[in-house]
Amino acid sequence: MKQGITVFRAIVLTLGFAFLYIPIASLIVYSFNESRLVTVWGGFSTKWYGALFRNEQILNAAWLSIKVAVLSATLAVVLGTLAGMVLARFGPFKGRTLLSGLTTAPLVMPEVITGLSLLLLFVTMEQLIGWPAGRGMTTIVISHITFTMAFVTVVVQSRLSQMDDSLEEAAMDLGARPHKVFFLITLPIIFPALLSGWLLAFTLSLDDLVITSFVAGPGSSTLPMVIFSKVRLGVSPDINALATILVVIVAIGALVAGIFTARQKKIRDRDAQMALAANQQMIESLKKG
Amino acid sequence: MTARLKRLGLRGRNLVTAVPYLWLIVFFLIPFAIVLKISFSTTQIAMPPYEPLLHWAGEKMLQIQLNLANFAFLVQDDLYGTAYLNSIWVAGVSTLICLLIGYPIAYAIARSSPSTRNILMLLVVLPFWTSFLLRVYAWIGILKNNGLLNNFLLWIGVIDQPFQMLQTDFAVYVGIVYSYLPFMILPLYANLEKLDLTLLEAAEDLGCRPWQAFYKVTLPLSKPGIIAGCLLVFIPAVGEFVIPSLLGDPGMLMIGKVLWTEFFNNRDWPVASAVAIALLLFLVIPIMFYQRAQDAEAGGGVHR
Repeated sequence: MKQGITVFRAIVLTLGFAFLYIPIASLIVYSFNESRLVTVWGGFSTKWYGALFRNEQILNAAWLSIKVAVLSATLAVVLGTLAGMVLARFGPFKGRTLLSGLTTAPLVMPEVITGLSLLLLFVTMEQLIGWPAGRGMTTIVISHITFTMAFVTVVVQSRLSQMDDSLEEAAMDLGARPHKVFFLITLPIIFPALLSGWLLAFTLSLDDLVITSFVAGPGSSTLPMVIFSKVRLGVSPDINALATILVVIVAIGALVAGIFTARQKKIRDRDAQMALAANQQMIESLKKG
Repeated sequence: MTARLKRLGLRGRNLVTAVPYLWLIVFFLIPFAIVLKISFSTTQIAMPPYEPLLHWAGEKMLQIQLNLANFAFLVQDDLYGTAYLNSIWVAGVSTLICLLIGYPIAYAIARSSPSTRNILMLLVVLPFWTSFLLRVYAWIGILKNNGLLNNFLLWIGVIDQPFQMLQTDFAVYVGIVYSYLPFMILPLYANLEKLDLTLLEAAEDLGCRPWQAFYKVTLPLSKPGIIAGCLLVFIPAVGEFVIPSLLGDPGMLMIGKVLWTEFFNNRDWPVASAVAIALLLFLVIPIMFYQRAQDAEAGGGVHR
C-alpha cells in the first residue's frame, strides 16, 4: 500500500510536471537557435536577443505595457484591499452579496464579454460626458484595474479571514482609531498578501490581450497585441527570446518572493509572540495590583 | 470587532465600502446594461455604429424602439448555434480532461510531506506567472508539422511522415487543458490537503480495499474541490478566443472567435452585443453556482 502510493506519486508528478514545463523549456532552448525556422536546430546563437532589442515596435509596446501594468496593479491593490477588508471584516450588511458577486464574477467572466462591455461603456460615456476622450492608455488602465482588482480582493479577503483579529482588537482596546489600527496593525500583517496581489495584478495586466484589444485605441498597442499579431503569422524566434527573458524574470521573482515571505513570517511570528508575552505580563501585574 | 468598528467609525466604514462598490458598479455592472441595450439597437454606418434606442417622438413622448432582429438573426443563422454548441462541447471535454489529469496530480501533491507540498504547489502555479499568450505560442512550435512532437515521433519511428496536429481540434484541446490545468489543480489540492487520513485508515480497517476507500471516502469528500475546479476551467474556456485562433483550424467555430469577428471584422456592434448577451445568459447559471461555492468557502470570514 505505502509502496504503491509512492510509485504512483512519482509517476504522476513526473508526467504532470513534464507536461507543464516542456513547452516552456522548448521556448527557451529555441531562443538560442541560429536558424530562423524555430524548431530546426541550426547551432547556438544569441542573435535573436539582439534583434529583439533593436525592434522599436516591440520595445515601445513593452514600455506602454509596463506603464499600464504598474499603474493598474497599484490602483487595483488599493481598491482590492478595501473590498477585501469590507468582505472579510465588516460582517453582514445590505448589499454584501452583490459586492461579493461583483468581485468574484470578473474572475471567471469570459474576456470577450468583459472587453466588449467596457468598450461600449467608454463609448457611451464619451457621448454623454465627453470623458474619456478617445481610447488609449486611460481606458486600458481603467479596464485592467477592474478585472485585476477581483484577484487582489480574493487574496486579501482570504488572508484576512485566516488572520487572528485579536491584535486588532487589542489596539482598539488601547484606544486606537480604526484608521490607525488599519495602518499600524492590519496593513503590516497583510503586507505579504498585498505584495502577492500586486504582483498578480501586474502579471495579469502585462499579459492581457483580449480585453486590451477591445479598449485600446489606434496607436496604443500593448506588448501582447504586438506579440499576437506577430505569432498569428507563425513562429518567430525573437518572440522566443522575449519569452525566455520573461521566464528568467519570473523565476527570479518567485525565488525572491519565497525568501521574503519566509523571512516576513518569521519576523511576524516573533513579534506576535513578544506582544502576547508582554500582554500576559501586563495582565498578571494588573491582577496583582 | 464589528460592533466596535460600528461605534467608532461608521462614516469611515461607509466610505471604505463605497469606493470599491462604486467602481465595480460603474465599470462592471453598468457596462452589461449597456451591452444589453445595444443588443436591441439597429446597426448603422456611423460612429458609434448603432442607432439610439430612445427617440423623442412628438412632445414629451419617449418612444423606445426594441429591435429583436439581432437575436432573431442568432437563431436563424446556423453559424451561431453551431458555434455555441461547439464551444460548450470543446469546453466540456477540456474540463473533463483537466479533471482526469489534475486530480491525480493534486492528490499526489496532497499526499506528499508538508515541506515538499509547498514547493510542488509553487511549481504548479509558476507557469501561470509567465505569459499565457507565450505559453500558447509554445505549442505552435511543438505541434506544427516540422515541430518538436512530429520530429520526436519520426525519430522513434512511430510515424513515417509528419502528422497534422496544428490547426486541428486536437491542438485546441491541448492548448486549453495546458493553460487551464493550474486552475483545476489549485482548488482540488486545497480540498484534498484538508482530507483527514484517519478516515481512510478507518475505511481500510473496516475491510475496504485502497481503491474502494478512495472511491467511497476520498472522492465524495473532494466534491467541492471538483466542482470549483471544473467551473474555473469551464466558464472561461467557453468564451476562449486566443487558443482557438492560434492553435485551431481557421474554420473552427467557437463563440469567442465569432464575437471577435463580428466586432472587429464586420464592425457589427449590435450583433456582437447580442452574441455576448446570449453567451452570458448561458453562463449565468454556472457563474452563480461558482459564487455560491466561493461564498460558502469564504464563510469563515463572514460570521465574525
